[in-house]
Amino acid sequence: MTATATGWETVVGLEVHCELATATKLFCGCRNAFGDEPNTNVCPVCLGLPGSLPVLNRQAVELAMRIGAALHCEVRPSIFHRKNYFYPDMPKDYQISQYDEPINVGGWLDLPDGTRVGVTRAHLEEDTGKTTHVGTSGRIHGADRALVDYNRAGVPLVEIVSEPDIRSPEQAAAYVNELRALLVAVGASDARMEEGSLRIDANVSVRPLRSGPQPAAGATELGTRAEIKNLNSVRSLRRALDHETARQSALLEAGAPVVQETRHWNEDEGRTSSMRSKEEAFDYRYFPEPDLVPVAPDEQWRAAVADTLPVLPAARRESLAAKAGVAPAEVALVVDRGLDDLVEAVIDGGADPRLALARAANELAADLDRARALDPAAFTALLRMEADRRLTATQAKSVLAELLSSGGDPAEIAAAAGYEALGGDVLAEAVDAAVAAHPAEWARLRDGEQKLMGFFVGKVMAATRGRADGRAVTEALRTRL
Amino acid sequence: MAGRISRDDVAHVAGLARLRLTDEELERFTDQLATVLEHAADVAALDTAGVPPTAHPLPLANVFRDDAPVAGLDRDEVLAAAPAVEDGRFRVPRILGDAP
Amino acid sequence: MSPAPAATAVDIARAVRAGERRAVDVTDEHLARVGEREQELHAFNHVMAEEARAAAAAVDGAVAAGRDPGPLAGVPVVLKDNLCTRGVPTTCSSRILEGWRPPYDATVVTRLREAGAVVIGKTNLDEFAMGSSSENSAFGPTRNPHDPSRVPGGSSGGSAAAVAAGFAPLALGSDTGGSIRQPAALCGVVGVKPTYGLVSRYGLVAFASSLDQIGPLATTVADAALLLEVIAGHDPADSTSVPRPAPELVAALDEGVDGLRVGVLTELTEGASPDVAARVEQAARALEAAGAKLDEASVPAATYGLSAYYLIAPAEASSNLARYDGARYGLRVDGPDVGAMYTATRSAGFGAEVKRRIMLGTYALSAGYYDAYYGQAQRVRTLIIRDFEAAYATHDLLLAPTTPTTAFALGAKTGDPWAMYLSDVCTVPSNLAGQPALSVPFGSGDDGLPVGVQVLAPALGEVAMFRAAAALEGAGAGPSGPARERS
Repeated sequence: MTATATGWETVVGLEVHCELATATKLFCGCRNAFGDEPNTNVCPVCLGLPGSLPVLNRQAVELAMRIGAALHCEVRPSIFHRKNYFYPDMPKDYQISQYDEPINVGGWLDLPDGTRVGVTRAHLEEDTGKTTHVGTSGRIHGADRALVDYNRAGVPLVEIVSEPDIRSPEQAAAYVNELRALLVAVGASDARMEEGSLRIDANVSVRPLRSGPQPAAGATELGTRAEIKNLNSVRSLRRALDHETARQSALLEAGAPVVQETRHWNEDEGRTSSMRSKEEAFDYRYFPEPDLVPVAPDEQWRAAVADTLPVLPAARRESLAAKAGVAPAEVALVVDRGLDDLVEAVIDGGADPRLALARAANELAADLDRARALDPAAFTALLRMEADRRLTATQAKSVLAELLSSGGDPAEIAAAAGYEALGGDVLAEAVDAAVAAHPAEWARLRDGEQKLMGFFVGKVMAATRGRADGRAVTEALRTRL
Repeated sequence: MAGRISRDDVAHVAGLARLRLTDEELERFTDQLATVLEHAADVAALDTAGVPPTAHPLPLANVFRDDAPVAGLDRDEVLAAAPAVEDGRFRVPRILGDAP
Repeated sequence: MSPAPAATAVDIARAVRAGERRAVDVTDEHLARVGEREQELHAFNHVMAEEARAAAAAVDGAVAAGRDPGPLAGVPVVLKDNLCTRGVPTTCSSRILEGWRPPYDATVVTRLREAGAVVIGKTNLDEFAMGSSSENSAFGPTRNPHDPSRVPGGSSGGSAAAVAAGFAPLALGSDTGGSIRQPAALCGVVGVKPTYGLVSRYGLVAFASSLDQIGPLATTVADAALLLEVIAGHDPADSTSVPRPAPELVAALDEGVDGLRVGVLTELTEGASPDVAARVEQAARALEAAGAKLDEASVPAATYGLSAYYLIAPAEASSNLARYDGARYGLRVDGPDVGAMYTATRSAGFGAEVKRRIMLGTYALSAGYYDAYYGQAQRVRTLIIRDFEAAYATHDLLLAPTTPTTAFALGAKTGDPWAMYLSDVCTVPSNLAGQPALSVPFGSGDDGLPVGVQVLAPALGEVAMFRAAAALEGAGAGPSGPARERS
């Protein structure tokens, strides 16, 4: 499938539901935990038993405020409403959510490519339980019954609603990645999509490109949008947006209207389908939740939240990029993994910036828990040994692995492993032996068949059991030529 | 202000509330709801410009609990009250559509 | 042969605490009274004889061991069957909750147990507290102990009848639009709706959350005060709970009304039948004779109370009662899919009045009508509060009838919902304003049946309200002793 149909521009607004990293649920003291046995984190409140009443979790409010502050929102006095609809995953058959007076309004998020995406609102609400469809297909169609686990019911969510400022599936993915990094950075969420702690709905429309073959008329207005549900990974998001752009632009090109509706993304089939059952027009009958009182954070609380915000990913990328002398996009992964403080420290300690970034993005990112405990001085020393060619790349990685697992002094680790750089004599002998053993290949290399250089480097490396430095071997071979 | 509530209105509302009415009930409830709503018309006709709604009779705000876990209910006790249970979960008949 | 006049809660608690009477004897005595008249009156959904005897024995054990058995030691109490009791059926007099045993106690129930009270049963009510006669119970009506051909009022009709019949000196009810005060008046007992938030609602099965309030019913003002002191006070499990301790009511009862400014509420008195209105006048003069300053008072917006109430309460109820869907507890009527199961369950499980109010409330909240109905009713609520504030600028208390008439005959109003709703006309304004009000028996009507006079107070004005109630009780017009059917 093509990413975008020619002549059409995709316009996307995202609603991201983020589970907050609280110890307990939004309105009761049950544990907010993923993966426990079904219906073991439940109480009268989150089961919606008759007579139970909600009491708001202060930490959930604080985390919502942190998200709002990080997104440059106005943090406002707010109230909760009831959103009434019948569904088995909702124990009260209404959801307690914020409606027309949400806690955060009017912010923005800057993407690595420089795009600023407006944030309409970021409000608090409770999560639903988890429904499993059981029957022949295991999916909603063809199931003959459903089983409900209410462990997730009442888990605090913040729903972050963007303006329709996103213009491509790639940008949508970048927005979600940036938002995830921000949510993790402010400590609001673990943002694990695979555990459902980040879920995405996308509002998608298309309109003619102003410069495209279609008439320019109306191109500044938004087309009719469809809301796509069930996007559980960034990959699903991109695929669904590609599909939906193609579907809508094909409709419009055929002169058919796009219907404003909710559509379900089917990951297996790679397409969206209409969710609206025929007779049902949803009427949520919102009204203020009478069992809760207004939330009105005072100036002191809001200031305390703003003061304790960490430096956010965008600023961290700029800082590290400036220090390393590279573009911000090149340090995105290191910042995303929270390794930027370490990398900045080793650069300050005199390590080569590119080498530091490479090791952080690969070896350290693969072993994050240990990487966070890595002694910056030892890492700096190791990087300098490698840069000075006292260690080969292979040897340096091996020492780094040892540093990560057991700590220690990189010089001592290298010595204990026998990683002393090969003397010139040993290297020269190995080169001589390789040339002698393969005279025909050597002749062809001399005749200019450059790809044989790799062949000889390999032979020398094998003969020295990897202790030789690759660049030194190449140099010795060139000298010999 | 809306006109008198109709049978169709009542049928629509019954559907929203997941109630099935017989024709006789539909007839009777339409009349009875219309009577109550006639009285409500007095309220609807009042000039309340500039009057804020009272959602709560007492001016409380910022009532919170600490984020500290409290023991919940025993699963067996919870499920014992359920009409149908399977695999540690509440069982319901098949669901025809996604959540809205 | 008539049983001995029932002792008051104050007397029982004093005697049990002093070791003069055993709680188990008190319990058995009251259970015996239940045995005599329950079949006739149907005050109970569930009599808890065994649990009561066990609780009473525990109280006796505490007394014997020299431990403080609590301020309600050994006092029998009945609970409206919309208060959750751990392991004991809590039905709200609805088929949809038949057989449900809550896994937890309501906060008020916990406080009663801690105070040494002995819960002897769960009382009948209009289904989900929706009604004014207790005829809307799925399990059959309760009858008025003063005249079993009459209703006891509602929705706390079972609690009021139980207290009037001497089954227990104390009862808890819930009052959303008058459901404690109206049956108290019709049964000749004291009934109190406290300030919204004074008593925790945790464990009270919700009808209309912004109006519901739990309160006491008792044979005397002092007993009601004692019970309210036990159940009132901040509860962190109810976000709407007032963050202050219970008021000291019992100590204030003999302070009299000297100097209190009392206004007779014209809007609510005008609509009452002449015999009831006459009792209100008489009560006003009694307070004046006791030293209160008397005049008339006006709360003009109160005339819109009933209409506003019948939008707000059904709207909240339509949402509160959505959860009865057959998925997790209570009745299930199966269907081919979950939506069909919901509809079958709810259609079979709810009675006509509940369905009527759910539909009314759903309509009032639905798209296109919210502003005209629910939103407007909430603004009218503001107007009522403002008018009350104006009245309380020059008064400490207001006086009104509790009900327009004395107890009416069973079946008299069941075919005409609005006629039934009019029973609440004098009581709903206090619920809408969140303010306290109580009904104290004050003589009888032309038919010889009890009349209740209502004392209204500003928010958290319970102390003055109880002082006035004690003065009216002392004026001697109230019936005393257990009600017996007139022959």
